[in-house]
Amino acid sequence: MGPVNYPGNNNELIKISGLEVHFAARTGFISSLISKNSSLVRAVDGVDFNLRRGEILCLAGESGSGKTTTGKAILRLVEPTGGEVIFDGENVLQFNRSRLRKFRQDAQIIFQDPYESLNPRQTVFSTVAEPLEVNHLCSSMEEKEERVAEALKDAGLSNPGEIFIRYPHELSGGQRQRLAIASALVLKPDFIVADEPVSMLDLSIRAGILKLMVDLRDKKGICYLFITHDLSLAWLVSDRIAIMYLGKIVELGTADAVIKSPLHPYTRALVSVIPVPKKISLAGRTLLKGETPDPVNIPPGCRFHPRCPEAAERCRDEEPLYREVSPNHFGACHFI
Amino acid sequence: MNLPAYNKSALVVWKKNLKSFWLIYSQNIMGLLGLGILTFFALMAIFGPYLVSITTLTIDGVTQVMHPPTSNYWLGTDDLGKDVFAGVIIGSRVSLLVGLAATAISMTIGTSIGIISGFYGKFTDTLLMRFTDVFLVIPWLPLMLVMAALLGPSLGNIIFVIGITSWAGTARIIRSQTLSIKERPYVERARAIGSGDGHIMIYHILPNVFPLIFANTVLVAAIAILSETTLSFLGMGDPTQVTWGMMLHFAFSMGAVSFGAWWWLLPPGICVVLVVLSFTFIGYALDEVLNPKLRRRDQ
Amino acid sequence: MRLLEVNNLTTYYKLKEGYVRACENISLNLDKGEALGLVGESASGKTTAALSLVKLLPENAHVMDGSIRLGGREISGATEEELRTIRWKEISIIFQGAMNALNPVRRVGDQIVEALRIHEKMSEKEACRRTAELFDKVEIDQERVREYPHEFSGGMRQRVMIAMAIACNPKVVIGDEPTTALDVMVQAQVLQLLEELRREWQMGMILITHDLSVVGETCDRVAVMYAGKIVEAGPTEKVFEQPAHPYTRALISAFPNIEGERYLASSIPGNPPNLLNPPSGCRFHERCQEVIAPCKTDDPASTELSSGHLASCHLLKRKVKL
Repeated sequence: MGPVNYPGNNNELIKISGLEVHFAARTGFISSLISKNSSLVRAVDGVDFNLRRGEILCLAGESGSGKTTTGKAILRLVEPTGGEVIFDGENVLQFNRSRLRKFRQDAQIIFQDPYESLNPRQTVFSTVAEPLEVNHLCSSMEEKEERVAEALKDAGLSNPGEIFIRYPHELSGGQRQRLAIASALVLKPDFIVADEPVSMLDLSIRAGILKLMVDLRDKKGICYLFITHDLSLAWLVSDRIAIMYLGKIVELGTADAVIKSPLHPYTRALVSVIPVPKKISLAGRTLLKGETPDPVNIPPGCRFHPRCPEAAERCRDEEPLYREVSPNHFGACHFI
Repeated sequence: MNLPAYNKSALVVWKKNLKSFWLIYSQNIMGLLGLGILTFFALMAIFGPYLVSITTLTIDGVTQVMHPPTSNYWLGTDDLGKDVFAGVIIGSRVSLLVGLAATAISMTIGTSIGIISGFYGKFTDTLLMRFTDVFLVIPWLPLMLVMAALLGPSLGNIIFVIGITSWAGTARIIRSQTLSIKERPYVERARAIGSGDGHIMIYHILPNVFPLIFANTVLVAAIAILSETTLSFLGMGDPTQVTWGMMLHFAFSMGAVSFGAWWWLLPPGICVVLVVLSFTFIGYALDEVLNPKLRRRDQ
Repeated sequence: MRLLEVNNLTTYYKLKEGYVRACENISLNLDKGEALGLVGESASGKTTAALSLVKLLPENAHVMDGSIRLGGREISGATEEELRTIRWKEISIIFQGAMNALNPVRRVGDQIVEALRIHEKMSEKEACRRTAELFDKVEIDQERVREYPHEFSGGMRQRVMIAMAIACNPKVVIGDEPTTALDVMVQAQVLQLLEELRREWQMGMILITHDLSVVGETCDRVAVMYAGKIVEAGPTEKVFEQPAHPYTRALISAFPNIEGERYLASSIPGNPPNLLNPPSGCRFHERCQEVIAPCKTDDPASTELSSGHLASCHLLKRKVKL
């Protein structure tokens, strides 16, 4: 499989605009007595992007950037507090309970930790068969077995019949993540949120899982929102990359454009610390001071300005506009 | 492709689970001892009554009253000339039955309330937990006595009273475990595939609190048997049934102590202690087997 | 100056089913001010090997064989009491989970002060001054000594752990995946800090990691472990540029390189072997793409390719002979 190229089709599957997830911060009893207005965690604070059919879009950022919350909010595993998610022409945020359950057949998620995201007391068979049972998709036992076997095979687990009665703890990390993928695939979804699907796996088996995901896109046209903190991985597998910082997208463009010619100072700093497997010196890097601030206290103006090596007066009080800087390359900075 | 039929494989899974469980359990001496004692009493409860002649329990067959053990009456006779040995054997059946049935009621209530309370949280949780607190703080013995007195002394009522007064602790334990399990990613995954609340509680939470239920059941069973004995001893039991508690009650009220009829008092007493002890042993052993943190490292 | 010399270190874990041969015949050495990277995937025995040096192992671990010379002194037979003086003062460890290693209900500063008073027999005042100095060294505000662990972010906590590890001027610092749970940016910050400290204090450092890039950024030499054995060791540039063992090659090619071509390398087929019952011959042969007949039966001896660059693979011997 070669590099993935930007498909360039305009077959839009999901359009997200102004997505917000705010929740009340848990404050102590005493402090809630003192101050009346409880502080708000702005985990996702106005995010816009779209996803095309068969596309892999990477949502990258450090921890606390709100990338996972964004992914879960699209699936309504976390309730968004504002904005719109248009999936195939319908607003997901207005779905009622039964429509939401039906939506979950089209939109699936793969979690980061294959050790924790599988019920330890469920066998391989019942893990994969469960989505079918819950949604009443199979009329007979034979049909169910067939679909489970097919999904396991699609996920690259050979001899599905043999591992039917195994438990997750009897599988290796890679096999477990394949099992998690199979249990998402069995519903034949159009869209999968992959939340750091390989970050818990050893380097030598990561490529296999990533390849599988890309192959499934090529064969079945599945669209992925790939959430990762690892920019080199993002560059490898995705068509486009969106960089998030403190609940907002600061840059979005094709994978090559974002990595090879980043616009935003934050992206530039992240790209400069991408690890490379050779002997290097640390000198040529842009090390940002400090860590991502708490989403309760988002700095005014450009939210990146306290850590930005290029910050000017203007950045302190004026929030930069997120705009198309060059065709298909968006950024939010005053100086681009 | 040759697929195993899932129904068949479910059995294989069970066997596999049971085997690995036994492998660890069988290493626990306390657990084995408890299991041994319990098996003995279970066999006694099931087959015992077929072995002793029922006539020895009727007053008609009286030849000797309050007689110490002889070759005819292995454990002597009581004030009406009934055979104590036969009483102990027949009493085991009712005692165990009451214990197990009450436990079943108690565990069902405790588990349901615990899981629902922990899973839904918020208002439901507050309401159910305050309700549980009421049962926790009311001294159970007086409550039991009042209820037994109100409902009247029948076997069914005894079971009901014990069941209804002993679930609160279980509910608390199950709730706290549910609180931690519902935050696990696999519960979120279950939601993502479209499962409803009921499905998640039954298929994801219940199996994962099951070890706790299992270990707790055994301990509640011990308490239930003890409660039955206590109630009967205090005269709230069903006078038409022979139970260890009733035997103790009659022995005590008919002056077995002042008469020095140890053969009448000791056997049912020792039986109660042994059964309760065996349940407790099994409970601790299960706790150790099912809770990996307590499992000792192999040397 | 040679600081640490380890020969044929072998540690097994005893289980009911038998011995898990977690690390076998590990030989390493470390010079003053040098950083050595110990790289391997999960369960490759890298942590066991490093912790065997100071015997910080679970109860069922048995160090079967090997000599450990610290500054010319043999410490493999040291008693628990002797080890207690060696740990921390001569060899200290930075653990992975910084949250677990700090007592959550005590002020961070007090924890360091207490440790200093016990190990270095310092007075309260002296220990406080030293703690403030250490905070300065790891670039944390001195005022924060009065805060509790939960008030620190992940990166800051790892800095506190580093401050603790270097408190007694150890000769050797072992970092057990010190940056694994951290964000890339914070990881880079922490690695840079470690690098500076090492240069300034001339400490020897052993960095245990599964991440090749961490080694590339900080280590002078690297040892690659697979299934309990060192398969290749040498200067970092040499190993990265001319990897000799098929496993090292596969690991390096699996690493995404944004300066290279944009393609997904194939992963190594199969899974690491079960060390209860490791495969005969070369432990990698079942997953190796270039396997030849002797790999299945004979354990490959290590071959010196160039000065200090060693690898254990039958293919190399063949090449040398030809």
